[in-house]
Amino acid sequence: MTETPTPSPAPVRRRQSGWRRLGRAFLPRASRAQAIVAVLCALLGFAVVTQVRSTRQNDLSSLRQDDLVRLLDGVTRQADLLELEATKLRSQQTELESGTDKNKVAQQNAEARASTQGILAGRLPAEGPGIELTVYSPSGTIKASTLFNILEELRNAGAEAIQLGDRRITASSYIVDTAGGVIVDGTVLTAPYTYLAIGDTQKISLALEIPGGALAAVHALGGSTSLTPGTKVTIDATRAPSAPQYATPQPVNKP
Amino acid sequence: MIALIGLVIGVVAGLILEPSVPVVLQPYLPIAVVAALDALFGALRALLDGLFDERVFLVSFLSNIIVAALIVFIGDQLGVGSQLSTAVVVVLGIRIFSNVASIRRQLFRA
Repeated sequence: MTETPTPSPAPVRRRQSGWRRLGRAFLPRASRAQAIVAVLCALLGFAVVTQVRSTRQNDLSSLRQDDLVRLLDGVTRQADLLELEATKLRSQQTELESGTDKNKVAQQNAEARASTQGILAGRLPAEGPGIELTVYSPSGTIKASTLFNILEELRNAGAEAIQLGDRRITASSYIVDTAGGVIVDGTVLTAPYTYLAIGDTQKISLALEIPGGALAAVHALGGSTSLTPGTKVTIDATRAPSAPQYATPQPVNKP
Repeated sequence: MIALIGLVIGVVAGLILEPSVPVVLQPYLPIAVVAALDALFGALRALLDGLFDERVFLVSFLSNIIVAALIVFIGDQLGVGSQLSTAVVVVLGIRIFSNVASIRRQLFRA
């Protein structure tokens, strides 16, 4: 419809005629022209509705092959990228997991070491096979030096944890004579004196009962002893170690 | 008036029948619709110019549709289908705009 417009008449009349023509065209008349226009308009409406419906229903099936190929390419590339990222993240996850495993092992080692050293330093209660030794001093002749000899004998025999009376014996423990008995680490103990020691039962018994040994000395001084080996001796006295005031750990030079 | 009734009948028929577009026609139907719209606006403009002729309208309507579909078909065969269909839509869009501008000038003198 590219007919060139007719040379224009007077403007006002043209405007009037434009609306009038439009109005006249809309008047229902049974002419061939109206019928053809109606049929074509119906066709157009039908086509528009059909196209709109199919566009709404599935936007992929109305695409042409090139677009589909491009779309598929894009999706594939994106999937590749995501796959790559997933692999990276997975390896990162593995790394982190092994890292936490390492940390856990280190922590377990540290805990084991702490408990070992806690027992050795007297910070933790301990139990295990050992002996119970009671020293009776009927006439008060058993002095601190004798008790200390027994302690040294226990240490020599490899006792890992020792308790005298209700005091845990550590590296800094001391035994001092007083009128009523002995003082062990600031606490007065009276006879009978009871030792608890955890270690090799047989070895400790042998070491104590050796002729001329610690128990023999007690007997020579008029005291008596009772030695009971046990499979389960419980040492529940503990001692809080004081932090060293002057000594600091020396840095260890690793090779 | 009858034209509007025809349009309404077509839309209602499309809604009721719910036709699915055949796969072969799928690339051409949107282009054909745009071409038909162009023909419709051209007819309206000719009507206002006092030059309307139903025979010209019929021929232009059908030829617009066929030529547009043909161009897209050839483009598809040549591997430039999407570009050519874009070109057809652009040209038809421009024509619709110029037709509407002409109609507006006829009706509102603006």
